[in-house]
Order: sequence, then C-alpha cells, then structure tokens
Amino acid sequence: MSITATTVDARGQSCPGPLVTLFRALKDGGPGDVFELLATDPGSKSDVPSWATLSGNELLEASHEDGVFRYLIRKA
Amino acid sequence: MGDATENGSTDTADLTKLIDQALAERDARDGFNKRNKITIVAWDGHLDRIWPTLILSTSAAASGMEVSVFFTFWGLFALVKPEKRMTGKEWMTKALSVLNPGAMKRAKLSRYNFAGMGPWMLGKVAEGYKTPHPTELLEMARDMGVRLIPCQMTMDLMGVKKEDLIDGLEEPIGAATALLEMKESSIQLFI
Repeated sequence: MSITATTVDARGQSCPGPLVTLFRALKDGGPGDVFELLATDPGSKSDVPSWATLSGNELLEASHEDGVFRYLIRKA
Repeated sequence: MGDATENGSTDTADLTKLIDQALAERDARDGFNKRNKITIVAWDGHLDRIWPTLILSTSAAASGMEVSVFFTFWGLFALVKPEKRMTGKEWMTKALSVLNPGAMKRAKLSRYNFAGMGPWMLGKVAEGYKTPHPTELLEMARDMGVRLIPCQMTMDLMGVKKEDLIDGLEEPIGAATALLEMKESSIQLFI
C-alpha cells in the first residue's frame, strides 16, 4: 500500500492537544488527503476514533509501537 | 440462512424508515432541526470547572462541531483581562471583584486551593504532562472559532465593562438568546 501521508507530530502532547494539532493540520489539506498522526497520549486510543465519528473523517488504520500511537486518517 | 438475512434487512429498512419518519415529525413539532452544535453554560469561575469546559470546547471544535460557551455569573470573571486588577461600578461590586479577582490565570480551585498552592501545583503537574493551561486553551478556543459569549446581565450586575474583558468575544447576550443557543444544540451542558 503506497499512500503519501502528511505526518502530524503530536508526540508529547496531552488531551486535547493531539486533536487540536490534527484539526489545524487538516485545515491545510483537501478532501481525500491522508494524514499520519503520531501521539504518545494513551487517551488518543479512544479519542481519535471518537473524533473520526464526530467529525466524519475516516480512520484508516491505528497501530501502536514503542509507546507511540500511529493513526492514518483520510480527510472527508 | 439466506432468507433470514433477507428478512432481517427488510425489517431493518422498514425500521429505519419508521425512525426517520418519527424524527421528521419531532423536528416539525419542535420547529427546527438540532444542529451539530454544543452549548456550554460556564457558570462557575473555578479553575477545575473552567478547565474541562475549555477541553470539551476545543475538542468539539476540532471535531467539526459548532461551539458556543455562555459565560455567566462567576464564569464571566474568567474572561477578564489579566492586567485588570479590579472591576465594578460602586464600592460593593468593586469589593466583590477584589474578593473574586478576574482573569483565568488567577482562577482558584474549588477545593484544595490552600491559598494558591493547589492551583500552582496543578499547573506544574499539567505542564509536565503537556496539558495546556486554561489560559492557553482559551486562546486556542478563540482561534478555532469557539464562540465565547459574555452574559449581559452579569456584566450589568457586577459592573463589568466590555473593555474589562479580553478581545475576540461575541456580543453579550441575555437569557433568552442563551436558551436559543441551547435549544438548537444537540448537546447542552451547565458547568
């Protein structure tokens, strides 16, 4: 799978930091653009899927490695 | 098995139609549709109330919701400019404002305040966890288009003038307009 994604680094930030950072990054993108969100906030595990449901953006993938949560999001 | 699924999906479709019909009837009765909007009444000025209010507001804005926060009574004082030491018109409202100093950075905790030790420690801990302080969250909220609305009646009662408050606020409103904000929202909170 080769998707070019814009990386949004929200590592070290805590609630509501990652969502605000993501929101700001998405504003610069167009519909269909894919973003990769990196976060260390454990709350993001439940918050990013909830955010996707609320905002209508699509969560393509969620993974976790070495204390970093990685989310792939397609802008609606 | 195949039949059961087919029957199941027909039933679901019927049910969805019935629900949509009921919702349309309800909306027609109410006169309007509820929007993807949250309205919070910020009544309390304590740090431990204003903080979650602003976390919810910024998270809702980040999720594409419309957000209105109506600052009334003690909540209004969170919007006072940090450089303002005193508000009020006559000695009583002036004295009240000294007892209850405005601005987010001077907000006290509702419990465990210990003459400012509590808020200071909480601020330090939050800094370590990179949780933005309410002062910062208020700015974030404003930048993200959260509507920060002062209560006109509180301003009159407490002698708080428009120039006492931070910039970028909406026009002050009364209770009826606040109710309208709440009525058209799908989520309403009083904090």
